[in-house]
Amino acid sequence: MTELNNIGQLLQKVTTELKDYISSQSLDNPAMVGIHTGGAWLAQHLHKNLAFEEPLGTLDISFYRDDFSSKGLHPQVKPSSLSFSPENRHIILVDDVLMTGRTIRAALNEIFGYGRPQTVTLVTLIDIQSRELPIQADIVGQSVALSKQERIKLRGPDPLNVEIHHITQQQD
Amino acid sequence: MPSTNAKPSLQLNAQGQLRHFLNIDGLERSLLEEILDTADSFVSVGEQAVKKVPLLRGKTVANLFFEASTRTRTTFELAAKRLSADVLNININTSAASKGESLKDMLQNLEAMACDMFVVRHANSGAAHFIAKHVCPDIAIINAGDGSNAHPTQAMLDMLTIRREKGGFENRTFAIVGDILHSRVARSEIQALKTLGAAEVRIIGPKTLLPKAPDSLGADKVYYDMKEGLKDVDVVIMLRLQRERMQTALLPSEHEYFRLYGLTNEKLAYAKPDALVMHPGPINRGVEIASEIADGPQSVILKQVSYGISVRMAILSMTMSGQTRPVTAAAPINRAPQ
Repeated sequence: MTELNNIGQLLQKVTTELKDYISSQSLDNPAMVGIHTGGAWLAQHLHKNLAFEEPLGTLDISFYRDDFSSKGLHPQVKPSSLSFSPENRHIILVDDVLMTGRTIRAALNEIFGYGRPQTVTLVTLIDIQSRELPIQADIVGQSVALSKQERIKLRGPDPLNVEIHHITQQQD
Repeated sequence: MPSTNAKPSLQLNAQGQLRHFLNIDGLERSLLEEILDTADSFVSVGEQAVKKVPLLRGKTVANLFFEASTRTRTTFELAAKRLSADVLNININTSAASKGESLKDMLQNLEAMACDMFVVRHANSGAAHFIAKHVCPDIAIINAGDGSNAHPTQAMLDMLTIRREKGGFENRTFAIVGDILHSRVARSEIQALKTLGAAEVRIIGPKTLLPKAPDSLGADKVYYDMKEGLKDVDVVIMLRLQRERMQTALLPSEHEYFRLYGLTNEKLAYAKPDALVMHPGPINRGVEIASEIADGPQSVILKQVSYGISVRMAILSMTMSGQTRPVTAAAPINRAPQ
């Protein structure tokens, strides 16, 4: 059975590492974007703790998914909200769980719909190592390998908590 | 959300999702709200530098307009293009239909070219329904106006405009003014407003431009006097005087019509001070609406046009979603980690 570090440790780790990363890479005036829903919750936390000036952007990647023809449109699409142009900016892209990499592919496409960023840094709380695309995170809270019966769920927004569920039947 | 107790119908698949969009009648409130929610999200796509999402990439949408249209056809075209679909605009006047090809033959040819959706406008009531039922059941059919029957996408874009500008439908009074008799817009508007919980829907017009049994349309009240009908309403929906549909002399003159039923500052003063003024277009200035109202602060006529793109994007993607989603339990996508 997979064990997760507690949420406090995970948040502390990504916050500190992101702060160091921004400074070591000299990312001037970065802007943060969170992916609905869990990524946006995590991004709110980071945005507040690192005192970003630009309002937080949020993305719903439903319109950019690659499984529309097999699964159709998600019935509860939320509007994306980006109050700034990513053109020539350093974007910190935040998601709660990185698994196949497909969500990040879709999010990158959507960001490029708004403009061409100078850099994109990917932050994730949990990295499940089952990638289907060549996408890696720059900042990771914890890497885990889940069994087929295990799923990760982030709860929030306040307080944030991350837990592992054991499933008994196929869900998605 | 797909309805769990959806009755089998031409417009819905077994999961209660849209597979054709022909009429507001028979659709549940939850589905209309889902269309509005999805359209809300598409509004943000229109604000991007690149106003395009890849949802319908590889799909082909054929615009079949058997009747003149500018706004509806172009906004459907833009909506399809912003969803990355390929768009065919069939100009019926220069197509083989003018050489005598039957409608059925023409549609089956388009089906053989692997079109995925038809957007149909036709002067005959029931045309889109007929195509969906008898001609091309495997193609998603969107009704872009059929005779005097229905214009459901116009109704939904008006609902989106009202919801975004007024916040909702409950406890609000709506007036639809003008040529109700010839108006497919009025029929669809009344159905949509009542389904979404509007407190009161009034229809206002001269007797000659109202159906013989005016309450048959589902409206709550009928007024022949415009000032009386506009009293304290939250939203005024003006209709175009459909001159091309008037086969008999139903009115003494356009001038007389404007005097009695044209929206002027004087008449609008009877509505609430923050009442919205809407019009599906094209507007006949000085016939059903005064220029200073059409261009004035209460008018949302151009917003209706912008929201029309978002609503049509929502309807195109939702009907395509209802067509493509496997009805039987096909192999689910395995998202379990290895």
